[in-house]
Amino acid sequence: MENWRDNKLVAAILLVPASAWILIFFTLPLAIVWVYSFGERGPQGQTLLAFTLDNYVRALELIHLGILWKSVWTAAVATLICFAMGFPVALGIAFAPARFKNLLLLLVILPFWTNLLIRTYAWIAVLRTRGFLNFGLEWGHGKLDTMFSFAGLPDIMGTFEPLALLYNHSAVVIGLVYVALPFLVLPIYATLEKLDRSLMEASLDLGAGQWRTMASITIPLAFPGILSGLMLVFILSLGTYLTPVLLGGTNSMMIGNLIAQEFGPARDWPFGSALSFLLLYITFIILWIRAMVASRSKGVSY
Amino acid sequence: MRKVRPTPLEYTRKKWFQLVLLLNFIFLYFPIVALIAFSFNNSRRNITWKGFTLKYYVKAFHNESLFDAFLNSLIVAGISTAVSTVLGAMLGLALYRFKFPAKNAFDGWIHLPIIIPEICMGVAMLAFFSRLNITLGLFTITVSHIAFSLPFVAVVVRARMAGFDHSLEEAARDLGANQWQTFKDVTLPYMMPGIVAGALLALTLSLDDFVITFFTSGPGSTTLPIKIFSMVRFSVTPEVNAASTVLIAITLILTVVTMTIQARSGKNKGLPL
Repeated sequence: MENWRDNKLVAAILLVPASAWILIFFTLPLAIVWVYSFGERGPQGQTLLAFTLDNYVRALELIHLGILWKSVWTAAVATLICFAMGFPVALGIAFAPARFKNLLLLLVILPFWTNLLIRTYAWIAVLRTRGFLNFGLEWGHGKLDTMFSFAGLPDIMGTFEPLALLYNHSAVVIGLVYVALPFLVLPIYATLEKLDRSLMEASLDLGAGQWRTMASITIPLAFPGILSGLMLVFILSLGTYLTPVLLGGTNSMMIGNLIAQEFGPARDWPFGSALSFLLLYITFIILWIRAMVASRSKGVSY
Repeated sequence: MRKVRPTPLEYTRKKWFQLVLLLNFIFLYFPIVALIAFSFNNSRRNITWKGFTLKYYVKAFHNESLFDAFLNSLIVAGISTAVSTVLGAMLGLALYRFKFPAKNAFDGWIHLPIIIPEICMGVAMLAFFSRLNITLGLFTITVSHIAFSLPFVAVVVRARMAGFDHSLEEAARDLGANQWQTFKDVTLPYMMPGIVAGALLALTLSLDDFVITFFTSGPGSTTLPIKIFSMVRFSVTPEVNAASTVLIAITLILTVVTMTIQARSGKNKGLPL
């Protein structure tokens, strides 16, 4: 690598335009929001510069803390479900025969390239009262019903009532899992792929079962990748805006929606800014933990 | 011939494991496939199959505001891709090539737009433009799209350059080429697959973005995702499905092209990020 001093002109030409763009059109806007977060809301909803911590205090009031807590909790549940579903997929792909590997990877990656809005919207058609899932359930219900009446049993099934699957909290969790699943599979796959297989084989040869090997060898060795995946999914889910809007009910508001509301109809930008920075701080803490773990595990040889 | 039993680590050859994979892929694909399939369905109620039709595509095409939104999306994505590819490629090359003070911190800073929640960036752009009294419109959308696409291009280009043999540049210099000639005839051709992949990534990101666009668009500057969003909030219609399918088709084609390029250039083992 060249030292920038040896070739100042070229270094400047390459670095300055992009840095300037990010400085002016990304960092400066964030700085403005940061300054706003200490400001006050004027009588007409304008933002007055001030120095007050009121917005942060307000963010920790019970009603807002409730939304914050619910966001964290929802993101955590979505992350765990993602892990339960995605870990076997990552494991399967990592140990799949070479000729299927790329195809399976592609299958995991493709949905994450289709539009986020459309992917979320697609679930409405699946979950709504007259959606595919209820349709399937009704069909199964009908089949069971005929079977029972054939067997001469009384009408124990009753009539089919479509389930209220959409516009509630579980729909939000499903939507989050759906969007985030590839983000979990890819980093875990990447670490499993690099893992020294002979260690797992040794464990199996020495009489440990599959589960034991998984718990004491595979998962500890793949831990950095697993943590990466979990944190990525958590950050992504925590900051979501679209999923609760499209799939959630009146009760499913998460912190992203609260921020949008303060910048939109409520027109309280200082408060929205404070919330926005709370979300950023949480994100940074998580990234910091990940960096710590990554740097610690780097020095360890297996 | 006796069938070989799967060894303990050949998970994909176990029946129950195949079932888990299958369920995951059904989960991943059913909603999208259903959406695409039902955009061809000859029924407004859209729950049972009533025969194949293209009429909702024709309808969507003749829906003027939808078509305008599509054009807006193309304009924004075109400009955003051009600018972010040039700036991002330069940045990626610089990060590969130069050592400079506080490089780690710089690196972290440059990658922030990839990591922070979209909603935070969206409201920040809104606050910024309104502070400067800039009217929201295609211009503000494009500027924001460049800001979040640029780091992605830099990442892709830098990853490509990681496999570059520096001695080629030295050889060119030794043989009398100046810096610019060396760049143009040696470095740039090697960078090219990375640049193309980065550009396609930027194009996809811009076409797909909803949240940041939502906060930086004005009344007359609706992009396709924003338009689809406003239609979706009223009801699920086959017309929306048709418009969505068009957008999916475009991004899928772009993705497959990107992946083919990356697979050919060989350095990135199929992972797009």
